[in-house]
Amino acid sequence: MNENKGEVIKVSGPLVVARGLKGARMYEMVRVGESRLFGEIIEIKGDSYSIQVYEETEGIGPGQPVWRTGEPLSVELGPGLIKSIYDGVQRPLDKLSYEFGEYIVRGAEKPALDRSIVWEFIANVKIGDNVGPGDILGTVKESNLVVHKIMIPPNFSGIIKKIESITGNVDEVIAVIEGEDGKDHVLTMVQRWPVREPRPVSKKIMPVEPMFTGQRVIDMFFPITKGGTACVPGPFGSGKTVVQHQLAKWADAQIVVYVGCGERGNEMTDVLMEFPHLKDPASGESLMERTVLVANTSNMPVAAREASVFTGIVIAEYYRDMGYSVALMADSTSRWAEAMREISGRLEEMPGEEGYPAYLGSRIASFYERAGSVICLGSDQRKGAITVIGAVSPPGGDLSEPVVQATLRVVKVFWGLDDKLAFSRHFPAINWLTSYSLYQDVVDEYADRIFKGEWSKYRKTAMEILQREAELEELVRLVGVDALPHEDRLLLQAAKMIREDFLHQNAFDDVDTYSSTEKQFRLLKLIIIYYEKIKKAFKEGATLAALTKLDVLEDIAKAKFIPEDNKKQFDTIEKKIEDSIVSLT
Amino acid sequence: MADVAKEYRTVTEIVGPLMIVEGVSGITYGELADVKLANGSLRRGRVLEVSGDKAIIQVFEGTSGLSPQDVKVRFLARGMELAVSIDMLGRVFDGFGRPIDDGPAIIPEKYLNVNGSPINPFARDYPNEFIQTGVSTIDLLNTLVRGQKLPLFSGSGLPHSRLAVQIARQAKVLKTGEKFAVVFAAMGITFEEAEFFIADFRRTGAIERSVVFVNLADDPPIERIALPRMALTTAEYLAFEKDMHVLVIMTDITNYCEALREISAARREVPGRRGYPGYLYTDLSTIYERAGRIKGKKGSITQIPVLTMPEDDKTHPIPDLTGYITEGQIIINRALHTKGIYPPVDVLPSLSRLKDKGIGEGKTREDHADLMNQLYSAYARGKNAKELAVVLGESALSEEDLLFVKFADEFEDKFVRQGENENRSIEESMRIGWELLSMLPRGELKRIREKFLDKYLPAR
Ligand SMILES: Nc1ncnc2c1ncn2[C@@H]1O[C@H](COP(=O)(O)OP(=O)(O)O)[C@@H](O)[C@H]1O
Ligand SMILES: [Mg+2]
Repeated sequence: MNENKGEVIKVSGPLVVARGLKGARMYEMVRVGESRLFGEIIEIKGDSYSIQVYEETEGIGPGQPVWRTGEPLSVELGPGLIKSIYDGVQRPLDKLSYEFGEYIVRGAEKPALDRSIVWEFIANVKIGDNVGPGDILGTVKESNLVVHKIMIPPNFSGIIKKIESITGNVDEVIAVIEGEDGKDHVLTMVQRWPVREPRPVSKKIMPVEPMFTGQRVIDMFFPITKGGTACVPGPFGSGKTVVQHQLAKWADAQIVVYVGCGERGNEMTDVLMEFPHLKDPASGESLMERTVLVANTSNMPVAAREASVFTGIVIAEYYRDMGYSVALMADSTSRWAEAMREISGRLEEMPGEEGYPAYLGSRIASFYERAGSVICLGSDQRKGAITVIGAVSPPGGDLSEPVVQATLRVVKVFWGLDDKLAFSRHFPAINWLTSYSLYQDVVDEYADRIFKGEWSKYRKTAMEILQREAELEELVRLVGVDALPHEDRLLLQAAKMIREDFLHQNAFDDVDTYSSTEKQFRLLKLIIIYYEKIKKAFKEGATLAALTKLDVLEDIAKAKFIPEDNKKQFDTIEKKIEDSIVSLT
Repeated sequence: MADVAKEYRTVTEIVGPLMIVEGVSGITYGELADVKLANGSLRRGRVLEVSGDKAIIQVFEGTSGLSPQDVKVRFLARGMELAVSIDMLGRVFDGFGRPIDDGPAIIPEKYLNVNGSPINPFARDYPNEFIQTGVSTIDLLNTLVRGQKLPLFSGSGLPHSRLAVQIARQAKVLKTGEKFAVVFAAMGITFEEAEFFIADFRRTGAIERSVVFVNLADDPPIERIALPRMALTTAEYLAFEKDMHVLVIMTDITNYCEALREISAARREVPGRRGYPGYLYTDLSTIYERAGRIKGKKGSITQIPVLTMPEDDKTHPIPDLTGYITEGQIIINRALHTKGIYPPVDVLPSLSRLKDKGIGEGKTREDHADLMNQLYSAYARGKNAKELAVVLGESALSEEDLLFVKFADEFEDKFVRQGENENRSIEESMRIGWELLSMLPRGELKRIREKFLDKYLPAR
C-alpha cells in the first residue's frame, strides 16, 4: 500500500478510523474518502488512526481511501485576515458563499487569504541586515486601522540577500534570506502556523494596563486589563452574547478576533451587518477595519467547532506578535468543551465528570494561558497583548458544572450574569455582589492617576452602598420598608440610583451603548455627591420626603444619555444638586 | 457504495431500536436500509455506525417482532431523502413523508437529502420583519420576526396547542401580496391534539397552504427522529425554491428528544445530563438552525417549536438546550392558567431576542421599545411587591407599591388575557399598554422618553 494513502475501517459520526497511514503524526491533516473531506488525526493506536472530520461524514464507509498531507492543521497568516469571516478551520465563508451558494457544501475549498488582492509592501530593512525571529521586514497597509507587519517567522534567522518594496498579492516574493544553514530562503507575505501550537514570545509580563470597554459596570467595578482573562457565565438569555458584542465593539483594543463557537447563525449575521456601520470611538473608522471573525455555528460540523477556538487564538497571537493589543472573544467556550466531549465519547475515552474528558481542565487552562501581555519576538522588544474573554453556558445556569469550574480556576475576572436581573431587564445583568476582578488594584492605580484618586474612592463608596442595600433588603423582607430608620431609606434610594442610573446600561441605545471613562466617572460622582449631601442635610433637619423627591433626581437619571461631547452638562447638574439641597436646610 | 441487489441475512444482535449486521461490505455511514421481515413486510433503517464488516442500524419502526434468524437487510446506497413537490400543500404525511390522507401519490419534482446542509452564516439575512400574531404578550413584549425560531415552553395540560393554533391562524406581516405556507410537524402527540390542529386548519381554510407531518403517540417513536427533518426539508423547499414565507410548528420536541435518548441508551453511550446524549445540543441545533432568511431569496422559515417541560422545570436539559439555541422563548405558566388567564404567557422570563430589530418607527411604532421596557419594569415591580405582601401582608406595602400591585393585576387581566379568537392589532395592544400605564404617576415612567409620554400617555 502507498505510504501516503490508507483506508477507512470505521465511521461513527464525525469520527473516522483508518489504517495504513504509516508515519502519520498526531494532529496531521488528512483527506477522507472520494470527496476528500478534511480531517485531523487525533489518536494513534498501532495501525489504527482516529480522525476527526471537519465535514459531514454521510456516505463515507470502510474501504474508502484516506490520504496523508504530511502537514498539521494550520492557519494561514498574512494581509487579508482583517474583515474576513472564517469557519472553524479557516475556510473563508464569504468566498465559499460566492462560489458554492448559501449552504456549506462538503469538500468546498478556498484559500484563507484572498489571492486577488494586491498589497503594497514597504520594506524597512536592507540588504546585509542581520534578522532574527520576529524582526519586521516591512509593512502593508491592511485596512484603514491596521498596518500589517511582515515578520521573520519564529525559529528562523539569517542575513538579508534581497529585499524589495513591491506591489503584489500575498504570494509575491518580498525577500531572500541566507539562513544559518547557509541556504537561501524565499519569504512571501504569508506564514503558516499549526493551530494547536502557541506562537512563541520573548517573555510574558504582568498585564497592568487597563482595557476599557465603555461598559460602566465593567470598567468601574470589575475591570479587565490588556493581556488579562475574563469569563462571562450565565444561563441562556442572561446577556452573554450582548456583553461579548459590546466588548467587540467598544473595547480599546487595536485588533478584535471574535469567535462564534457553536452558537447561533443569526448572531454572526448581526455582527456582519452591524460592525461595518459602527465607528470606533478612538479613530472614527468603521469597527470592521480592526475585526476578524471566526464563525462555526452550532449546526456546523462539531469537529471544526473544536478547532475554531484555536484558529481564533493563533490569529490573535499573530497580531500580538506585530505589537498590537488584541482582544479575543469566544462565545461560547462551553460549546467548545462539548465538542471535545463528543469526540472523546466517540473515541471511547474514559469519561470524567458529566462525560467530559479527563483533560478538560488542562485544555481550558492552556487556552486561557495563551492570553497575556508580552514582549514580542524581534530585536525592537515591542510589546503586545492578548485579552481573552470567554462566555460560558452552564446547563440550567448551574455554576458548579465542570466547564465553569475549570474556567474559574484560571481566569482573573468573573462577570457572573444573573437571570433574575435579566428578567427584570436590568442589563448588563452582571451581578455586582458575586462578580470580581483581580485586576481592580492595578486599574485603580492607573485610573486614580487620571482622576486624582477619586476613581477608586467613589467606586468603593458605591460598592459599600450596594452591599449594605443587600443586607437591608433581607431586613425589609422581614419587617417592611416603613420599619427602617430614615438614614437607611436614604441609602436605599442611593443604591437604587447606582443600579438604575449607573449600572444599568442599554446596549441598544445610541448614546448609552458606550461611556468613556470620563463620563463613567462623572456619572457615578453625581450619585455619590448627591447621597453625601442628602445625608448631611438630613442630619441638619431636612425630611426624608423632601430629600427623595428632588427635581434634580430626574436630571441624574437622564445623565447617562448626555452625549460624550457635552460634559459641561455634568457641571450644571452638580450645581443643581448643590443648590436644591441648600434650599432645604 | 453498497451493492443494492445484495441481501444480508447476517443480523447478529438486536438491542432496543438497533440491529447489528455483520459480514457487510461497501456500506457507508448514514445510508438507508430496507429491513424485510419473514412475513414480507418492510421496515426502514439507517446506518449509525459502520466498523469493518459490521454495521449498526437504527430501525425507525422499532425492532419488535424481529428475529435475527429471519430478517433480511438490503442497503440502499443513499441517505434519507424526501420527494418534494408543490403538490404537498394541503396534504398529510407520516414521519417518512408517505401520504396518509386519501389523496393521490405525489409526483416528485426532486429528491432532497433530509439532513440538509448548514446555512452559511455569511449568506444569512438578518430577520427584522415584524410578524403580527394578534397576541399582545407576543407582539408588544416578545415580538416575533420573520425567520426567527421562537419556541413555546409549556407543561403538560397547559393550553400551548391552542396558542400555537391561534398564532398560525392570525400571524401576518403588515404587507400584502406575499405567499404563505404552514408546515406542521406532530411528534408523538395524541390523536386528539393532532386533530385539534388539523381541524382548525380545515375550518379556516389554512389547510390549502399547509403541509402536515404526523407521528402520533402510538406510532413508532424512532420515526420521530426523521420527522422534523422531513418537515424542515419541505419548508426549505417552499421557502427558498418557491419563495414562500413558511411558518413551521413542531410539537412536541420533548418526544423527539426522548426518541434520541432511546437510541443513545441502546448504543450504551456515555450519557450527559439526565440520561440525554451529550450531543443533544448539537442535534437540536441541526433542527432549529434551519430557520432563517437567506440573502437574495424571497421566502423565509419561521419556527415555533413547542415543548412540554418535564415537571415544569426550565432547567431540564430539553428546554435548557433549546433556549440556548432558539432566539428566545415564550413561557406558558401554570399559575396564570389556574387563575383562568388565557393565554397564560409569563412575560418576565419570556424573551424574543430579535425583537429589537423588528420594532420601532416604520415597523411598528416609534414608542414601541420604550413602552415595552416600561411595561416590563412596572409589571416586575408589581410582582415583587406582591411577593412581599404575601410575607408581610398588604399593610407593609408603601402606597406606591400598592399602586404597582394593582397595576400588575390589571396588566394580567387586560393585557395578558385575551380571547382565543381575539386578533389584536399592534396598535390595539399598544393602546391597552398605554392605558394601563396611565394608572401610574408619570414620574415613575422613567423608561419612556419625554416626547413619547407627551404624545401617547392618556390623560387621567
Ligand atoms: N446591555 C443590554 N442592553 C439591553 N438589552 C440587553 C442587554 N444585554 C442583554 N439584553 C437583552 O437580553 C437578550 C439576551 O441576551 P444574550 O446576550 O443573547 O443572552 P445569552 O447570550 O446569555 O443567551 C438580548 O436579546 C437583549 O434583548
Ligand atoms: Mg448567547
